[in-house]
Amino acid sequence: MKVFNQHMLALLFLVASIVTSLQANAALEIEISGGGAQQIPVAILPFAEPAGISSKDNLHEIIAADLKRSGLFRVLETRGMANLPTAVSQVKYAEWSALQAQAMTVGHVESLGGGRLKVTFQLLDVLKQTQLIGMDYQIAPTQIRATAHKIADAIYEKLTGQRGDFSSRIAYINKIGKRYTLQVSDADGYNAQNVVSSNEPIISPAWSPDGTKMAYVSFEKKKPIVYVQSLTTGDRKILANYKGNNSAPAWSPDGSKLAIVLTYGANSQIYTISADGGDLRQVTKSNAIDTEPAFSPDGKFIYFTSDRGGRPQIYKVSAGGGDATRVTFEGAYNVSPRFSPDGRYLAYIRNDGGKFRVALQDLSNGQVQLLSEGAQDESPSFSPNGRVILYATKVRGKGSLAAVSSDGRVRQRLSESGGDVREPAWAPMAK
Amino acid sequence: MNNKVWMSLAMVMFLVACKSTPVTPAKVEDKSSGSSTAASSSDGSDANGIKEVNIDGNANNDANNPLRDPNNILSKRNIYFDFNSDAVKAEFRPIVEAHAQYLKSHQDAKVILQGNTDERGTREYNLSLGQRRSVAVKKALNLLGVQDTQIETVSYGEEKANVNCADEDCFQQNRRVDVVYQGE
Repeated sequence: MKVFNQHMLALLFLVASIVTSLQANAALEIEISGGGAQQIPVAILPFAEPAGISSKDNLHEIIAADLKRSGLFRVLETRGMANLPTAVSQVKYAEWSALQAQAMTVGHVESLGGGRLKVTFQLLDVLKQTQLIGMDYQIAPTQIRATAHKIADAIYEKLTGQRGDFSSRIAYINKIGKRYTLQVSDADGYNAQNVVSSNEPIISPAWSPDGTKMAYVSFEKKKPIVYVQSLTTGDRKILANYKGNNSAPAWSPDGSKLAIVLTYGANSQIYTISADGGDLRQVTKSNAIDTEPAFSPDGKFIYFTSDRGGRPQIYKVSAGGGDATRVTFEGAYNVSPRFSPDGRYLAYIRNDGGKFRVALQDLSNGQVQLLSEGAQDESPSFSPNGRVILYATKVRGKGSLAAVSSDGRVRQRLSESGGDVREPAWAPMAK
Repeated sequence: MNNKVWMSLAMVMFLVACKSTPVTPAKVEDKSSGSSTAASSSDGSDANGIKEVNIDGNANNDANNPLRDPNNILSKRNIYFDFNSDAVKAEFRPIVEAHAQYLKSHQDAKVILQGNTDERGTREYNLSLGQRRSVAVKKALNLLGVQDTQIETVSYGEEKANVNCADEDCFQQNRRVDVVYQGE
């Protein structure tokens, strides 16, 4: 087990004669365990940096951490190497094939003046001795981390054929002392920013499909009310404040409406409401608890949790209403359904003999795999490319975030020092 | 406690220009504002400028209010439940009756019944379970003649639970309905 990003550190960039100082917040620490059997061995070499630049956010370390977290790469140790080239012309391929690297990166950073930097990198095929990718980025020093994630995305896509999602963001609720804060951070936990905070609980954050808004439930008026807030302007509007509880917002894939749960003084039932707060329609009609709605990616169905059969199980219903059919049959307690982006898998929480664990069901054949260890795991959320499921767990009684690859082979823990973190929601990727 | 630090929001857009091989300097338009305040990106995608909203709580105290007089039974606001049960137990009947009397004699008063659960189970499901308990207390008030218009049933689920429970006595403290008057 290896621990990365242990400390939160201020960055100091000295570019030309301009000093730019900013604070980065490495909120989450990442621990990785397990590993895939067929990981691609890659060497991510340190970038050459101009004199005067002192960066704690080393590009190669960020890129390496991203690739490791995916579980698909084995990042080779390069510290013992005699030569660490920073340009293609300096590469002696024999040294790297001896290290058994399949691919390697070289790169450098130049100061362009005026506080701008140019980051250049190449991805090389060690065996064929060819260049796979060559890119450069002209950035402000504040964009170092974002650029590293872009580079990791490019490497991931080139070597796996799948889209990378290291540039995506996550949201979660962080309870610090008695204060609840909805935060958004980079997918690796850095750059945490506050979206909204309150002395009363905030729960159930849900990204709009375009990633610009967030729906959530706030108890600031002594009852659960659903709000929608713009991330860029901070404008917040009440989406649903009906008598009783208003909770569990879930966006439709086209962003035009949300599924919500209302009680009207009785049991929880699922409704849909347009994103501007109109056109309220009841979807489920039962004497049981119906909650935790999730739209299928095609928008046709709403999957939800119901105890209509005596114990909570997952059901599905047409988004327009009608009869519900049961989806989960194994286990006595299955809740919190979430779809993979391609619609093939359903992740949910199963009470497995007293342990609450993340389960993954293949909807094409009904097969279920338990992915997490438990014992108090909640709120599964798929990464944009579907490779990783983020979830809430408890470590020594404190909430923290964890992630597991969808094949169950790689687990990571992301824990914020000091806070009680729960209810992660992975942002959709901009199309 | 970890003190949340404001990340400088200078990073407004990921201004990234990509070129495939061979490597030549890319011409990149600079859209970075470089300012430390939140700003929106021109196309709305990948915007990293997030504006924080703070919600201020407020509380008012009124010493002459019977609802707040510690010697008055109306100051008792907690009704506890057995595990997996929404039955209002006999020992809490006097509290329910006192609030029923108050509500009948104060037709303008409105009460919110907040159901709570222990932390076992998921948040939204517990929110629904807590609702069942608040509905049970509402039905008890209804039977004593309180109108529906004066009662709102809501749930906090597990949100107000003491999460440091290790035994049943402690869990039971979390399985309760709190009686809260509007404006409190």
